[in-house]
Amino acid sequence: MASEMTGILRLYRRQDAVFRAVTFLSAAIVVVVLAGMIVFLVHGALPALAAMGPSFFWTSDWDTVEDVYGALAPITGTLITATIAMVIGIPVSFGIAMFLTEICPVFLRRPIGTAIELLAGIPSVVFGIWGLFYLTPVLQEYVQPALIDTLGPLPIIGALFQGPPFGIGILDGGIVLAIMVLPYITSITRDVFMTVPPLLRESAYGMGCTTTEVVTKIVIPYCRVGLIGGVMLGLGRALGETMAVTFVIGNTYQISASLLAPGTTISAAIANEFNEAFEEQHLSALIALGLVLFLITFAVLALAKWMLLAIDKREGRR
Amino acid sequence: MSARVRRRSAVNIIVLSLSVATALMGLAFLALIGWTLVSRGLAAINIDLFTQETPPPGSRGGLANAIVGSAAMTGLAMLIATPVGVLAGTYLAEYGRDSRFGSVARFINDILLSAPSILVGLFVYGFTVLPMQHYSGWAGSIALSLIALPVIVRSTQDMIGLVPVPLREAAAALGAPEWRVMMSIVWRAAGSGMLTGVLLAAARISGETAPLLFTALNNQFWSTDLNAPMANLPVVIYRFALSPYDDWQQLAWGGAFLITFAILVLNILARLVSARSQLKV
Repeated sequence: MASEMTGILRLYRRQDAVFRAVTFLSAAIVVVVLAGMIVFLVHGALPALAAMGPSFFWTSDWDTVEDVYGALAPITGTLITATIAMVIGIPVSFGIAMFLTEICPVFLRRPIGTAIELLAGIPSVVFGIWGLFYLTPVLQEYVQPALIDTLGPLPIIGALFQGPPFGIGILDGGIVLAIMVLPYITSITRDVFMTVPPLLRESAYGMGCTTTEVVTKIVIPYCRVGLIGGVMLGLGRALGETMAVTFVIGNTYQISASLLAPGTTISAAIANEFNEAFEEQHLSALIALGLVLFLITFAVLALAKWMLLAIDKREGRR
Repeated sequence: MSARVRRRSAVNIIVLSLSVATALMGLAFLALIGWTLVSRGLAAINIDLFTQETPPPGSRGGLANAIVGSAAMTGLAMLIATPVGVLAGTYLAEYGRDSRFGSVARFINDILLSAPSILVGLFVYGFTVLPMQHYSGWAGSIALSLIALPVIVRSTQDMIGLVPVPLREAAAALGAPEWRVMMSIVWRAAGSGMLTGVLLAAARISGETAPLLFTALNNQFWSTDLNAPMANLPVVIYRFALSPYDDWQQLAWGGAFLITFAILVLNILARLVSARSQLKV
């Protein structure tokens, strides 16, 4: 009887060990994927980086015939479109989050919140074709001429709004990205706003603060770190977004002071050229672009994650 | 004093109106995109769309091969990602909770969750298309599964974390081995939450284009061979929308409508499942 019991226990222990090992291996796959990605990108990028040297990062000639590759145009394109997306996306997202947490009647909160989240479900290629066929003509006919007329003559910032209104270009890409990151930043901002203890909020209202004052002086300072984390997460998305931008960016390797000019981004360049790249150096240069994108987004996302963890810790969550 | 109060309330009214305006703006974008899709997409929907192959420019056709290709690759990707994701999520929530490896893996998973999908495409190109010397449906499925994986890992991990400890202790006290406690008690309690995660992952990958560009590529003809390039809706939409041919653009809108509709259905299903779950998300 006793030996039968220990036999069963031994069997159980063996089964448990197998189960644990299987789950561990599955978790290890996650780590292996990231490691594999790094190895592939670094290995693939080496020929181009070796041939071009550090000038890969600060020259802007991208010539597949001469085999000269400078990544400055796509890198600046990526950074500028993401910046535009943030300049437009952050205030709008914060506005929506404030509406959802402070102003909106309770029975409308869920439906409106869900509607905004549905924007996140729309695939990037659909944003692309909508942007190209609907947003771009509106920008070209109304918005860009108005910008050229009003802001164009101003000193310094006027330089951003020069040239003919092409429609497609850096500004177009930035606006499409802003719409795309909106649901991400909004939903994190709303969740972070919700972490403010009701006691704090009510005390402020009790002192006679207006809603604006409660949000700007109590809510936002209380969850500063979480807000920055949410914004960085949105930024990570904007930096790496591919298809929507490829539709509306214009895909030309040029750096222009004007936001109205066509340009390119890292991801758009890869999406456009990778299938047609047969020369080893050209392929390698595109993979090197991918490596740059990886490094930028990894840094941004890691920082975002770290900041959001800080908020979770304070909340007592894991 | 009263001037100050007036100024404060004026500022308040301005800020509140701006906030309402931003919310209306967000809803307006959704409505605009939705309306465009319905008006352009419905016009493109007819029986040919589901029965004909993608045509050469200038002739009539449909998206049948792309619809089947997308469904096949998405389905296969979910078959790969779901078991791995659930097991990995279980490890991270249960066994690896306090270990160093566990916290590193959790961190990496969260990074992969928002990593650019085009990099996943490049990576999968590197270890499938390069050695095999041709594009394939398999490569596309693997790329999609790598995008779905972190979503499933994360939701499984969160849902398992919500299962009360006494439930596990009760099962263990009855003499159940650890794996039994996990599979019959914890997974069951967290089941509908985990299913929500799987549905959301499916929604996420069914619209992904960038990872398929260099893996599955595209195929103009009917093909169910996973070892050959495979047609799929997102890449067809991309190619056809940017073409100068009206027929092709029309098909692109039809495809965009189909894909967004499918994603909407998956999202609604996910919300229904999650609403019925005993553990609130």
